Amino acid sequence: MSTPTTKKPTKPTKKPTMNTTAPTSALNVSRTTATAARVLRQLRHDPRTIVMMILIPCVMLFLLRYVFDGSPRTFDGIGASLLGIFPLITMFLVTSIATLRERTSGTLERLLAMPLGKGDLIAGYALAFGTLAIIQSALATGLAVWFLGLDVVGSPWLLLLVALLDALLGTALGLFVSAFAASEFQAVQFMPAVIFPQLLLCGLFTPRDNMHPVLEAISDVLPMSYAVDGMNEVLRHTDMTATFIRDVLIVAGCALLVLGLGAATLRRRTA
Amino acid sequence: MMNYSSGPPETESRTLPTPAVRAEGLTVVRGPRTVLRGLDFTVPRGQITGLLGPSGCGKSTLMRAIVGTQAKVTGTLDVLGLSAGHPTLRTRIGYVTQAPSVYDDLTVRQNLDYFAAILTLGRAASARRTDIDRVLADVDLTTHADSLAGNLSGGQRSRVSLAVALLGTPELLILDEPTVGLDPVLRRDLWNLFHDIAASRGATLLISSHVMDEAERCHRLLLMREGEILADDTPDALRTRTGSETVEAAFLHLVDEAAAAGRRKETAR
Ligand SMILES: Nc1ncnc2c1ncn2[C@@H]1O[C@H](COP(=O)(O)OP(=O)(O)OP(=O)(O)O)[C@@H](O)[C@H]1O
Ligand SMILES: [Mg+2]
Repeated sequence: MSTPTTKKPTKPTKKPTMNTTAPTSALNVSRTTATAARVLRQLRHDPRTIVMMILIPCVMLFLLRYVFDGSPRTFDGIGASLLGIFPLITMFLVTSIATLRERTSGTLERLLAMPLGKGDLIAGYALAFGTLAIIQSALATGLAVWFLGLDVVGSPWLLLLVALLDALLGTALGLFVSAFAASEFQAVQFMPAVIFPQLLLCGLFTPRDNMHPVLEAISDVLPMSYAVDGMNEVLRHTDMTATFIRDVLIVAGCALLVLGLGAATLRRRTA
Repeated sequence: MMNYSSGPPETESRTLPTPAVRAEGLTVVRGPRTVLRGLDFTVPRGQITGLLGPSGCGKSTLMRAIVGTQAKVTGTLDVLGLSAGHPTLRTRIGYVTQAPSVYDDLTVRQNLDYFAAILTLGRAASARRTDIDRVLADVDLTTHADSLAGNLSGGQRSRVSLAVALLGTPELLILDEPTVGLDPVLRRDLWNLFHDIAASRGATLLISSHVMDEAERCHRLLLMREGEILADDTPDALRTRTGSETVEAAFLHLVDEAAAAGRRKETAR
């Protein structure tokens, strides 16, 4: 048997697609909230995941508090940074697995054959995981500030704001990398690949200006650096500083940018 | 009586101006291979068209192209008068993928709830509920409405997937092996349902299958082999043409004929 490969020299004739003018690309509120409700319902059937998402940050902060029992100043710095890092990591993991499952189970193909805008889907995920992130961060922040004696000079609400933006950034990154993972195994490996370098360079272990200039320059373009920076601004200043506002804007901007990139990876037509 | 509107064939052609699907030179490339090779066919409206052919011949690919989820499609492919993949078609087509595509960690009703919310925007909650109850009854899953989809049997899960496609009133239903793995009673009931949908709503159904006795229940058949259309006819005409008793025999006859022709071509080269 031979296939006549020379029959047609891939001459692209008229393409039967008109997807350029998709009226469903604008955000639709009811489809977005339906998607968010669906994602949360899925999680509700998996209570163990919810409990772990919410409790693990608290347990880690608790541990940390007593690891640095003799130096509460160290706990302040690391604790505040972690409040920004936890939501990012958790939401990154949850989103990358959830969207990968959506791709592999065929539900994504089904949804994109329906009148669901890509923006609706992404905003739905962001809304659902953002809600969870608020609960997670509120508990962790409350525990750290009121029970573990985390010494925050600024308003705890600002800590919460940064945590929420970090969660959105995590959701965005997770959504984006899930497009490049063919299996759950690969998706999980993106955690060391995408998150660990940021963790090392974000200023958690040593101030960023103490690092080798090359590493410092790299850390300047990694969004987690600004997440941690923002947390530390709240830790040390009563008012919103210009640096804080810059940090918040950068994290929010990165989240939006990566969400947009994530939207671009959702293809209605696949091979 | 107005004589210019009396002829039934003429009124027929006026009410059905375009076929549900019209393909001309439809070619699809998947990875390294050309999976569909310049297909020309039409699927008439208001009828059940069966899509039959051996495993791997390109049935699912053809369905994905019609629904607009297949990349690298060239040639002409018009669906309900628009080019395939046109955004407004998304509410007018119901599609069941070959592998059930539902959320395993939601109940059957929650699955339907979500897809109904995506499909039928702005409809009253009570109307949506009635619709969900109707499709649950259609696929005989009313008693399992509150089970997690992941805890259902294979056949039950594929029926949930089918139920999603039945939501609303799609004009065109693309069903990729919807009755695979189901018992004879359920298959008969579903085929009655398909006929009912075609007759009562004038909807068009394109149904792929491996089961040849199901082919007898279609109004028309598209027989495929290796990315090409072997025959496009009614079951009766196919049987008569090949002098066979059953569609299965007719199909085997056509496949053998095509294989022999292929061999002849190859030896001639
Ligand atoms: N994702 C893919 N990438 C590359 N090639 C693919 C892909 N999916 C299918 N193919 C190839 O396309 C051809 C047609 O596949 P298709 O799924 O359309 O067959 P089918 O007729 O539906 O078969 P079945 O009856 O087994 O479902 C096959 O040769 C298959 O190897
Ligand atoms: Mg198939």
